[in-house]
Amino acid sequence: MKFVTVAGPPSSGKTAVLIHAIKHLLKDGIRVVVGKIDCLGTNDGEKYLRLGIPVIVGLSGDICPDHFYVPNLEAIFNWAEEKSAQIAILETAGLCHRCAPAIKGCLAISVVDNLGNIDIPQKIGPMLSTADIVVITKGDIVSQAEREVYRRKMELVNPGAEILEVNGLTGKGSLLLKTSLMQATDVDTLTGRELRSSMPACVCSYCTGEKRIGKSFQLGYIKKIEATETEGGQR
Amino acid sequence: MVANIRKITIIGGTTKSGEKETIERLEIHKGDIITLVGPTGSGKSELLSDIEQLARGDTPSNRTLILNDSELDCWGRQMVAQLSQAMNFVLDMPVEDFLELHASSRGISSNPIIEEVIGLTNSLSGEPIGARDNITSLSGGQSRALMIADIAIISDAPVVLIDEIENAGINRLMALEILSAKGKIVIVASHDPLIILLAQKRIVMHNGGMFKVLETSKEEEEILKKLIVMDNELSALRDALRRGGSAGIAGAAVNCRVQPHEADGGDHQQWLS
Repeated sequence: MKFVTVAGPPSSGKTAVLIHAIKHLLKDGIRVVVGKIDCLGTNDGEKYLRLGIPVIVGLSGDICPDHFYVPNLEAIFNWAEEKSAQIAILETAGLCHRCAPAIKGCLAISVVDNLGNIDIPQKIGPMLSTADIVVITKGDIVSQAEREVYRRKMELVNPGAEILEVNGLTGKGSLLLKTSLMQATDVDTLTGRELRSSMPACVCSYCTGEKRIGKSFQLGYIKKIEATETEGGQR
Repeated sequence: MVANIRKITIIGGTTKSGEKETIERLEIHKGDIITLVGPTGSGKSELLSDIEQLARGDTPSNRTLILNDSELDCWGRQMVAQLSQAMNFVLDMPVEDFLELHASSRGISSNPIIEEVIGLTNSLSGEPIGARDNITSLSGGQSRALMIADIAIISDAPVVLIDEIENAGINRLMALEILSAKGKIVIVASHDPLIILLAQKRIVMHNGGMFKVLETSKEEEEILKKLIVMDNELSALRDALRRGGSAGIAGAAVNCRVQPHEADGGDHQQWLS
């Protein structure tokens, strides 16, 4: 079975793009299942269900979605195998744009749109820089120059990635994505595999429900800002 | 620098209702300007999309595209430039910074080229833009003009796909001339008679399929000449009105008559040529 992870900032078009690619796969008779990890709520599960494929949705609630995602990878993998899937696609919303960790040996896709700040590629982190495929969406609402500039920025952040421009509304470009999905290597198990990047540590009193502000309420892994004033001030 | 695209061949697929497309095979050669005509929903944008995606019988139209004599199996980097219907920019930065970024992303030295692009932009649109203007603050027409000048000079792709060039109040004849320079293949979806007749060939779309291919006839070329004269008159009048002149004075200068019109009883004026 091919196990593919898809990550990207909220509203970048992950689900729209995947739905088009999955339609192409289904047309070829490929058995596809989808897992969706989100934090608070999502109706993406229903969108996938309308394709008539098995879907599993996990909501992380109070926990960082990525810290929820990794311990559940095996369960999702096993579920997909039970469904005799040929391709399992796991979509996750990156919460802080930093991780949504990709797995070594499993195809990793990152979906970003053309509408962000030009420095966005540098802000996204491993979610973008460790992906095998970077899908850029919403190219229809920007100019040729902006598309080229964005693409170039992506190439600089992730020089090895295949970059695909896909229109989530019309599906233009989704065929190429389908072809790339089919070229993913099959994997037998996720157990023992490694993430491509480590996730930020996150064990402090606020992780466990603390709401009060103040030094005496802060326990655990606490990092204090190293303030640097850039204008008119002295350190 | 740019790979040599000599020819695009389109092998016909199926219409929206699944019948075989009337045009079974069409070759587009280097230097050709082709227009796509047909009512909204007839399949113009889809044909552009097939070309852009290099369809292999795997898009809804089932068309197959062949580049040159099949020795290229995909578009290389920067071979296709597309002018979509976008009317404004999203990135927020001054014109010259933006052009510099674009030029450097293509490995082009930016100094002379920025002035060239701004100069061309200003010859296409009414109000001139300045190097320090923010691109998001440009008007629709100015943005469009800048996109066109930028595609022509910095992108400089051998194949240019255009989804309607007419709706921006810019000099579209000059725009098309600029974009089709240097022996490119230019394919334009259009509803504008002037643009349609300016192309050597037009593909008539119907029900999602390529229905007919017509070459611009001698008679149509004559009509085109008249259209160009009319268009110039319109432009001159538009410019005069924009500058605060009155239609009568503009009319004398551009040889178009202006007649008072009483249709709705007011002091309304409608001009006729």
